[in-house]
Amino acid sequence: MTAVLELKDIVKHFGAIHALNQVDLSLNPGEVLGLMGDNGAGKSTLVKVVAGNFPPTSGEIRLAGEPVHFSKPVEAREKGVEAVYQDLALCNNLSASANVFLGREIKKRFGPIAWLDHRAMARRAGELFGELKSETRPRDLVKQMSGGQRQAVAIARTRLSKAKLVLMDEPTAAISVRQVAEVLDLIRRLRDSGMAIMLISHRMPDVFDVCDRVAVMRRGRKVADKPIGSTSPEEVTGLITGAIHVA
Amino acid sequence: MSREAPLPAKSDGPAQSLSHAAIDQALLDAREKSLFQTALSSQALWVTVALALICLVMGYLQPESFATPENFYNITRNFSFIGIMALGMVAVIATGGIDLSVGSIMGLVAVVCGLTLQAGYPWWAAFLDGLAAGGVVGLINGLLVAEVGLSSFVVTLGMLSIARSVAVVLSGNRMIYNFGPGGPIFKKFGSGEIEFWHWGDHSLALSYPLLILVALTILFAVVLKMTAWGRYILAIGGNEQAALLTGVPVKRVKIQCYVVSALAAALAGILNVGWSGSAINALGTGYELLAISAAVIGGANLMGGEGSAYGALIGAALIFVIRNALLMAGVDSNWQGTFVGVFLVAAVYLGKIRAKRA
Repeated sequence: MTAVLELKDIVKHFGAIHALNQVDLSLNPGEVLGLMGDNGAGKSTLVKVVAGNFPPTSGEIRLAGEPVHFSKPVEAREKGVEAVYQDLALCNNLSASANVFLGREIKKRFGPIAWLDHRAMARRAGELFGELKSETRPRDLVKQMSGGQRQAVAIARTRLSKAKLVLMDEPTAAISVRQVAEVLDLIRRLRDSGMAIMLISHRMPDVFDVCDRVAVMRRGRKVADKPIGSTSPEEVTGLITGAIHVA
Repeated sequence: MSREAPLPAKSDGPAQSLSHAAIDQALLDAREKSLFQTALSSQALWVTVALALICLVMGYLQPESFATPENFYNITRNFSFIGIMALGMVAVIATGGIDLSVGSIMGLVAVVCGLTLQAGYPWWAAFLDGLAAGGVVGLINGLLVAEVGLSSFVVTLGMLSIARSVAVVLSGNRMIYNFGPGGPIFKKFGSGEIEFWHWGDHSLALSYPLLILVALTILFAVVLKMTAWGRYILAIGGNEQAALLTGVPVKRVKIQCYVVSALAAALAGILNVGWSGSAINALGTGYELLAISAAVIGGANLMGGEGSAYGALIGAALIFVIRNALLMAGVDSNWQGTFVGVFLVAAVYLGKIRAKRA
């Protein structure tokens, strides 16, 4: 089986700061990888490199075996990489449906004139929220939504295209317990449909609940990468803090 | 939350007998607010109400001077120039920017048109020259803001100075009124009218500038609501980073907004020259503040993400009706600025209160 994502010797410097140091990582279809680490360990930087926000200083990214170079998130998306960002990247002043379709609106066309098909977008967004078992209403403004609903809007975006890899940056950080369970269910559903998921989380229970494998970052380096069955929350905590050096 | 549309309850009760399709449909059609409530929370609506009240009171107090077709004609023509500029301003403000250069663009365009006509070229050449001059200035603004990343306030403040200075230099600091063969048709755009009604000594006529403003307002309203471009403007103003991440062509849209604003100002300049019959380099001095006021009174949010075409029109109308009403009521014209300023601040303050309650 070809890995969905392969990272080889990824290095990222911001001036004198070494955010990522020779990181190797691979991810198979239908696999959920938990990426853990303390603040500043390089998790978000790694996600942003894969999502195309900025290119790595050096190293190689392969998607389904093919080397890729992204300079914009749109390029990554075209290759089947979708990202759900920590700050969710939503426009508060627009409706849920408008946010889901932002940048890839459904249009009707008459000759050279194209206009937005509000109805079709609301319908499709409604279907996506339905799949996510979310009560989010397509025409509501995001400004007026709860954390869980906002999460659903951000996740619904990744379902628009047939993504192969979904990167999730702290999807359960700002939502209620019940909604956490919903998001974890959603992650399982995405996995069952054959997507690979990289879940960045601070929440140990979430990672042990839903992930097949856990990778731990510390100071820009990957210090562990183990199947979830052969590690424990205690070991992972030790790896994150540095009490355990490498595993 | 009585405002919420009736949703089938999730718990027990008769809602359970509803089919899933019906529930899905209810979710799909439900909005946080009905259209009526959306209208009530819109600043433009309340400005319209204020405008209607002022007109009613003035019509009652001054039936002989205020409520006449002639006065209506004059007010509507006068606010049309600012209204057209305000439409372009709304596009820029909605992205979270500001365009301070529009008044100077008017002056520059006036001089360019005047010189073209004076040199004996036909009306359409003057028209195109004026639009081209405005378009180039807007493009420079847009490139500096979107590509170079300078603040829109600084870029357009600089352009305010530059465009005015170029206008003065080009005109040799003289008024241009000798318009040559292209003059009559060119003037028609700003001074022409269509008579809609006629009775006795009175007739109700609408000026070309007003008709153009109304047509452009409808066009811009449709563009904002129905095109991806309109949505991108609001998205950029709402969260520029999000727009960028989702693949909105942020730079291109921003540049286009500054060009649109400059073209609107150029058109206002062309119409104004046609109306006055002469081109002076001082045309439009201070108008940028009127255009911004009109946009903001009409509900545009200087933080970006909000603004409407109708708001630009109604905001411009309110400013000029207040000025006219004060004049008619015999108030010293030097007080006009005070009243307009108070209305501007009050409109924004009331908008803030409403946003909190909504």
